[in-house]
Order: sequence, then C-alpha cells, then structure tokens
Amino acid sequence: MMSSPFLAQPKSVRQVMLWVLAALLPGALLHSALHGPAVWLQILLASAAALLCEAAMLRARGLPARRFVLDGSALLTGALIGLTFPPLGPWWLVVVGAFFAIVVAKQLYGGLGNNLFNPAMVAFAVMMVSFPAQMSQWTPHAALSGGDQLLYVLTRDLPAGLSADALAGATPLDAVRTGLLNGQTLGVLLAGPWPVSLDQALLALAWLAGGLALGARGVLRWQAPLAMLATLTVLAALAHLLDAERYASPLFHLLAGATQLGAWFIATDPVTAPSSARGRLWFGAGIGALTWVIRTWGGYPDAVAFAVLLMNLCAPFIDLHTRAPAFGQRQPGGRR
Amino acid sequence: MSQWISGDAARGIIGDGLWRQNAGLVQLLGLCPVLAVSSSVVNGVSLGLATALVTGLSSALIASVRHWVPNEIRNPVFILLIAALVTLVELLMRAGLPELYAVLGIFIPLITTNCIVLARAEAFASRNPVPHAALDGVMMGLGLTLVLAVLGGLRELFGKGTLLSGLELVLGESARGWVIHLIPESAHYQFLLAMLPPGAFIGLALLIAGKQWWEARPARTPAPAPLQGEQA
Repeated sequence: MMSSPFLAQPKSVRQVMLWVLAALLPGALLHSALHGPAVWLQILLASAAALLCEAAMLRARGLPARRFVLDGSALLTGALIGLTFPPLGPWWLVVVGAFFAIVVAKQLYGGLGNNLFNPAMVAFAVMMVSFPAQMSQWTPHAALSGGDQLLYVLTRDLPAGLSADALAGATPLDAVRTGLLNGQTLGVLLAGPWPVSLDQALLALAWLAGGLALGARGVLRWQAPLAMLATLTVLAALAHLLDAERYASPLFHLLAGATQLGAWFIATDPVTAPSSARGRLWFGAGIGALTWVIRTWGGYPDAVAFAVLLMNLCAPFIDLHTRAPAFGQRQPGGRR
Repeated sequence: MSQWISGDAARGIIGDGLWRQNAGLVQLLGLCPVLAVSSSVVNGVSLGLATALVTGLSSALIASVRHWVPNEIRNPVFILLIAALVTLVELLMRAGLPELYAVLGIFIPLITTNCIVLARAEAFASRNPVPHAALDGVMMGLGLTLVLAVLGGLRELFGKGTLLSGLELVLGESARGWVIHLIPESAHYQFLLAMLPPGAFIGLALLIAGKQWWEARPARTPAPAPLQGEQA
C-alpha cells in the first residue's frame, strides 16, 4: 500500500521481514545474555513450529507453500513468540503458542494480509489465559548453567538441590502489582534512582534501538509507536503527579515489561494496524492508553498483548472513520 | 384433525432437524445455552435432551391448538404453553436429578426463551399437523443435542483430557468409574482456554466450518474430466 508520489522503492514482504528480524537482533542478543541460551532454544522451537504449521496450512489450502513460507512472515512470528514467552517455560508452551498463532490467528483468517489479529500476540494471550502458571515463570538471572537450562526446557529436569520455586522470580510489573495489592507503596517498592533494574532498562533500550533503525530505514511507520509511547507517558505522568505512591512513574512504564518491544515490533505490524496515517495515530494512542489502564487495574502481569489485540479489533473501524475522502467528495456532516 | 406422516415427509423432517436445518450449526439458534453449557458431554447432552423434550411436547401441543389460536396473539399464547411445559420439566428434573439440576441451574427455566422452541412453534408447529410437528420438535432438539454432545466432548477433551466426566450426576454414584481419562489423572492436564467461554466460540466456529467443508466436498470430488489440451 503506497501513497503518491511514489518516490520510494516498494519493498518486498521478504525484505521487510528480514529487516525486522535483523532489528530484533540486538534485543535478542541482550535478552539471551541476561536469561541464558534457553532464549535461543525457545526462538528455535517457536520458529520451527511456526514454519511447519505455515507449510501444512498452505498445503491444505492449496496455495504455493514454498513461496509463502519463504517470505519470512512465519519466521518473524516464531521469533516474536520465542522472545515474548518465558525463557525457561516448557518446550510445548511456545509450540502450542506458535500453532495458535499460525493456524488459528493467521491461516484460518486467510493468511498474511487478511489476519485481523497480530499472530504473535494471539499466541501470547491464548497461552497466558490457558497456562497462567507456566507463562509467568520468569527467572531474574541465569541461575542455571546453559546446558541445565536447555535440559530444563526440554525435560523439566533440574539439577539436584534446585527446585522450580527457587527459580521463579517476579518481573517488575508483577512485583509492583502484588506489592500494591498488599498495601505497600511505590516509594518502598521502587526505591533507588532507577525504577527498573539496569538489565530491564538496557533491554528496553535495545528494542528501542532496533525500532529506531527500522524507522530510519523506512521499514516501519512512526505514527503507531510514537502515539503509543506518548499516550502511555502522558497518562502515567498525570496519574503519577496525582499520587506518586500509587501510580508508577512514566519512566517505569516506558522501560518495564514489553512496552518498547510492543511499540516498535508489534504495534507496527502493517497487516493488523489501520492503513491511514491518522488511523495509526489513534491506533497507537489506544494501545498506549489500554496498556496503562490494564497494567494499573488489570489482573495480568503485562498488558501490551491484550491492548494490541483490543486495538486490532478496532482497526477496521478506525480505518472507516479516518479514510481520506476522495477528491471532490463531500461528507454530509463530516469534518472535511 | 391429524393425518399420519408419510415416510418421505418423516425422512425430510428428520434430515432437516438433524443435519440440513440443524438448530446449532445452520440456524444458529439457541446459542446462549449451546455456548454456556457445552463445557462437558454430560452437561451438553442433558440440556440437549431436556430441550428436545420441551420442543417435542410444545410443538405437538401448539399444533393441536393451532386452529383456535387467534393470529394476532399467537406469540403470547405459544410462550405461555412453552413456559408451562418448561416448568413441568424443571420440576421433574429437580425431583429426579437434583445434582444435575444444580449444575444446569438457570439454563433449565431459560429453555423457555430458547429461540429454537419458539422458532419451531412459529415456523412449523403452527401450520402443520400434530404428528409432523411433534417429530419436527423432537428432531430439532436432537439435532441440537448432537451439537452439544460433540462441542461438549471437544471442550472436555481439550480442556481436561476426560470424557463423560460428571456422569454420576445423572446415573448416580456407581457411574463415577465410567469417566474416561484420555490423559492420566496424575498429569494434571488442563487447557483453560477450551473450558472458558472463548473455547466455546472457537469450538462452535470450527464445527460450523467443518459442516460447511463437508457439504462442499461432494461438489468437488467428482472432478470433471479435463478437456483435451487443457491443464488438469
């Protein structure tokens, strides 16, 4: 979908997907440095499952499997699943997630370009709702050696003297939510100069860097991520000014959880976002607002996946109301 | 006032009720109980049979009084008749199967508002003789029961790894051992999505898609012989 004056070279789907995969690399490298080699195993499992499901569904639908599998879109979905799921989750978690993403959310809706929902986020939401315990097993640091991690993911076997409970850790979003529910205040919970750990902040910056590179290359369009981050910042800042002990600072919201990954790699999905520039602004703003609302009052650790899915649902409606009128067309009662 | 049904008519009514005009998959009527109660085979089949009983009785009753019901007030009259029958079924169930009644609860009195019952009264029973109407009501109910059984089975299987759980509510404690554990109980298997409302929507959508696919198939299978010089 290009608009005049057609100065830029149109990019192929495969080029775009490869660029996005490359932009995920700094974040993925840092993620695996922080959480261990299990991250790569999860990416590998998720991508393999996604490609297999894609090929099987394309074959069942009588479409040229080779051409569409090689366009890289399933690979990207697999990579995003591998990166968003807990690194030490059991192997079947990402595999079942990838199945839902590709078979249900993508191919049953008509394949790339026709899917209403972002496949990776459908996988996340489905598995989050179905297996809340397994989906919140985040380990704060690499407590296991690399080999033990891979073994744990594949067989659930732990070296002697370690229990699964000892490995489990809470993410900052989780810690803040439970702390607030238990009557603690943010002044205690987020003591120190930075609201999130250095690891978290670096990871957020790595996603941000990848996103900025994509934007500079012209692969992604700026409206959705910028509107999302701006809305999240404004809402968080207003609430934080109102009551700093109950509402976390904008910096916390910008660095914690999946904010940056979601803004630059999920909200920018050209298929599930509105196609007009003004529409993408509304789309991004909606994601930002919903993320803040669900994080503040919701029941799940992170909100980006649910916020994106809810706004995916609104995208056709947004498109309908932000469509530029054809030249000379008059809308009765319209704004133009 | 009643003439007996010919074999052809009966076959047509049975085919419509169970497959061609299936209440759950084609008419998409009565979706509220279909989605809410289909969390297991036993729940689904129990509610389906209760609905079939009500649709059969109400269709027969309505067909038998159809000549005396003034057209202008037919809906209130139909609803009163249906409600009386549902109350009957509800009281019987409460007396005979109190545990099952506790599970199905509100959905039994709600059979009154099930669109299928009124739809069959309006569309079929009010203009057909009693035997036809009774058969149609029962078959529509059984068609719905079939959907509820398959959907309940799918959701139970994927959600908990069992089949026929809760049978003891219907057949007494001795049936507790009949529950089939396709995944060993010790594995603590649970796939919450299938048990939650979204699972009901996804499952029903897949069933509808499956029926459409099945019906589109015969048109495809006898592939026309390729013309000469043309690619197959």
